[in-house]
Amino acid sequence: MSPSDYLYLGRPTGPIYLRVRAKGLWAGMLLALAALMLAGLALGAGALELSHAQVWQALLGEGPARLGAVVREWRLPRVVMALVVGGALGMSGAIFQSLIRNPLGSPDVIGFNTGAYTGALVTIILLQGSYFEIATGALVGGLAAALLVYLLAYRRGIQGFRLIIVGIAISAMLAAFNTWLMISASLESAMTAALWGAGSLNGITWDKALPSALFSLVAMMLTLLLGRRMALLEMGDDSASALGVPAERTRLQLMSLGVVLTAAATAAAGPISFIALAAPQIAQRLSRSHGTALLCAFWVGALLLLLADYCAQHLFAPRQLPVGIVTVSIGGLYLVWLLFRQSRLASS
Amino acid sequence: MTPARLSLAQPVPDEATPHYTEPATVRLRGQHLRLGYGDRVICPQLDVRIPDGSFTVIVGPNGCGKSTLLRSLCRLITPQAGQVYLDGRQIRDYPARTVAQQLGLLPQSATAPDGISVLDLVSRGRYPHQSLLRQWSPQDEIAVQTAMQATGVADLAGRAVDELSGGQRQRVWVAMALAQETPLLLLDEPTTYLDIAHQIELLELFRHLNRHTGRTLIAVLHDLNHACRYATHLIAMREGRIVAEGAPGDVVTADMVEQVFGLPCLVMADPVSHTPMVIPRGKVHMA
Amino acid sequence: MPGFCRPGMLTWSNLNTNDLHLLVHKAPLSTSLPAANRLAWLVLCLGLLSVLTLLSLTLGAKPISLAVVADSLFGPGQHPDAIIITEGRLPRTLLGLLAGAALGLSGAIIQALTRNPLADPGILGVNAGASFAVVLGAGVFGITSAAGYLAFAFVGALATTLLVYLVGAYGTARLEPMRFVLAGVAISAVMMGFASSITLLNPWAFDRVRFWSAGSLDVRDLDLVLQVAPALLLGIVIALLLARPLNVLGMGEDLAVSLGSRPRLIHATAVLAITLLCGASTAIAGPIGFVGLMIPHIARWMVGTDQRWIMACTLLLAPVLLLASDIIGRLLVPGELRVSIVTAFVGAPVLIWLARRAQPSGSRT
Repeated sequence: MSPSDYLYLGRPTGPIYLRVRAKGLWAGMLLALAALMLAGLALGAGALELSHAQVWQALLGEGPARLGAVVREWRLPRVVMALVVGGALGMSGAIFQSLIRNPLGSPDVIGFNTGAYTGALVTIILLQGSYFEIATGALVGGLAAALLVYLLAYRRGIQGFRLIIVGIAISAMLAAFNTWLMISASLESAMTAALWGAGSLNGITWDKALPSALFSLVAMMLTLLLGRRMALLEMGDDSASALGVPAERTRLQLMSLGVVLTAAATAAAGPISFIALAAPQIAQRLSRSHGTALLCAFWVGALLLLLADYCAQHLFAPRQLPVGIVTVSIGGLYLVWLLFRQSRLASS
Repeated sequence: MTPARLSLAQPVPDEATPHYTEPATVRLRGQHLRLGYGDRVICPQLDVRIPDGSFTVIVGPNGCGKSTLLRSLCRLITPQAGQVYLDGRQIRDYPARTVAQQLGLLPQSATAPDGISVLDLVSRGRYPHQSLLRQWSPQDEIAVQTAMQATGVADLAGRAVDELSGGQRQRVWVAMALAQETPLLLLDEPTTYLDIAHQIELLELFRHLNRHTGRTLIAVLHDLNHACRYATHLIAMREGRIVAEGAPGDVVTADMVEQVFGLPCLVMADPVSHTPMVIPRGKVHMA
Repeated sequence: MPGFCRPGMLTWSNLNTNDLHLLVHKAPLSTSLPAANRLAWLVLCLGLLSVLTLLSLTLGAKPISLAVVADSLFGPGQHPDAIIITEGRLPRTLLGLLAGAALGLSGAIIQALTRNPLADPGILGVNAGASFAVVLGAGVFGITSAAGYLAFAFVGALATTLLVYLVGAYGTARLEPMRFVLAGVAISAVMMGFASSITLLNPWAFDRVRFWSAGSLDVRDLDLVLQVAPALLLGIVIALLLARPLNVLGMGEDLAVSLGSRPRLIHATAVLAITLLCGASTAIAGPIGFVGLMIPHIARWMVGTDQRWIMACTLLLAPVLLLASDIIGRLLVPGELRVSIVTAFVGAPVLIWLARRAQPSGSRT
């Protein structure tokens, strides 16, 4: 590696001058391209097969009105949400793995997902709520759990391992409560809850998608702004403070953003597991750089969820699986493969 | 045998004479500091002044509060009472980035992110001088190159930090602290885990920086002889208090060492640098 | 702590296990306790266990006097309530004792083995494997009997642990406990994914499995308990024999080898013990979390870091938690709250309290 591995954007004397690792930038662009191509494919596939030209026409609002409705009103929101939700999960995973310096880190650590499931279960089983009520219930549950974990773990600052333990304890209690709800409920409610709990993009529309997409995009922008501080925080609180990064405050900001990203994703699609865990790891292996890690994590997450959703829709067609089940299986197999590959590298 | 009080009156080579006179200014000082963690108080009451342009070294036995004092000087811990002042203003009143432009730190424990290259790590030292839109500048380039050359890691620029040896890695971290280009630099046990040659090399580098760039260095060192040889200003601590302070030649006596470390010893002139040299007596007493 | 932590070659192995250990080792009481003190804790646990065993036999929807209990267990058993004791509470109490000890000990072993106090026996994929097998049994083969579930769950647990062990140990010169953990996480995830796909497409199987997956001691069949008892007892014996080797291994693999121990053999034996203990208890009672995670913690807090004392203490204390939770569940809700739900609510606050009182690891002088 040499200085020529960097790309410079802007003028050295101008108001804007940036330096990025070329490899990271290329990786990010390739990932984005792959995701967009897959998105095009997903827009064309389904019970009604469309050619690329037809998809393009439909997107531009030309061609038959019926096709336009199928593409713009049914398939497009689903594809867009797969990108946004996947990207949000990838980014929040990157945040949590960086914060607790642990590749197993994910928003689950602070009990968010279990709390969201509790909220959704309560809304489904006790209140028989509608889609939006379930989403609200999940948000409230998740945020309350995350807040509780943070407060209980706070003792003269937040420490990674104390956070993990308190998170495990609160998650265990909530999970026990969830189990109780599940066995007390009628079979029908329990099935509805389990479907929600698996995480799914089935039946998503623009109405359902927009609020969470907006929240995600704002949180993503803010996260990118904090990206450099996050990278400095990885070197330890001492080094980060010495470089002028207020450690405790930055950590709280980043954690809040991670929670907002997960919350927005969960509200739209339910708890989709494994993207938050796997996307940052894959991104880091692809880009091998730190400045672009967040963007790469976004694109890897988006690509993964889109791919998983494509499989969930078409693998057992006409039956649709919840996408969360596909991500969990793919993610688990990927992890096993990673372990094998690493042991091969280590022995060679 | 009387403890050998070292006289610096005799002519010594220019290289070894600390060019140190009482400075007119003190940019960094702590007043009435009470330091500790939670209920545990380590330094009950402490006043400290870091002379500008000095190479100040803090010595003392394990657990005497050296690192705690150093950490309080760079805001890593908040004093339970008292204040740290930078340029006459309380240090906690400055924005974090402003302090980071004046005061650098080489911490005892830092983690290099996985797979980060030497160049990237050293570049991170420039963070306090950059802004969101101007994330890189020609000055940054110069500072990073200069720091890497000064520490002899320029050849390693493209290597991953986790592939380096302990000595190389420590020099990379020093390079990062140097790239920060702060007038004041705090070093928390910078020579730990290095072999003797690397220790001396690093200390020589610090002395060079101190002499020729006018930076104020504040270091915690374990080796008393290194402290004597390189410091221009020595602070000896015991049980959270400053026991002695001043130029090593004036301060280091057998009595002082015994008082601070509880170690019977001889103090002689170092044949090379003519600074005090501490020789532990151990159990073998001379006749 | 090394000056500048060298990140390992494996990114995955970078869990801050050092930090995690501080939670345990910095607990003020955990260092060098006098033997008398430890003995006092053991006696206390034994006393608690005896009292709870008796309570478990007498308390319930219908309180039954000790005399009737004794009569139905050892005497002619003519009393009309005798059937409640022999068919209901005796199997339940026995299972509480055995499964409690099994879950606690397997937790102690996995924590010692991975040198990670956050490891849970479920981490080796036992629960996921058993669940997957039960789903297969219910969804594909249409099994309905308890004995059928037991067989499927036990085989599933066994096969999964074996798979995790093989993936975790594949091609490494050194044993890396973190690899086991990751292999367990990965394989569990895949199994849970498959299991969910089956149940979500098959409501009948879903209904079966949702009740199975809330673990309960209420088996109402002494024969089932007696079927798994040999596996559990064998596992307990192996676990207790492992205490000393694990002590040596705890000092690091290099030192252990130089002291003449064989880490690979210890690892394999430990995995066997965990499979027997956890697999058998999950097969009969369903998944019960948290006991294996938290009891070894409390044991360490009571008797220090010697595995022999930890195991002894865990052996007594884990059934205490399980029986107490079961009794609370019985008394609290007429329809009975399942033990796996109560244990989390009894255990989690203790764990939070422990985490909050441990010294922060960042403090130094």
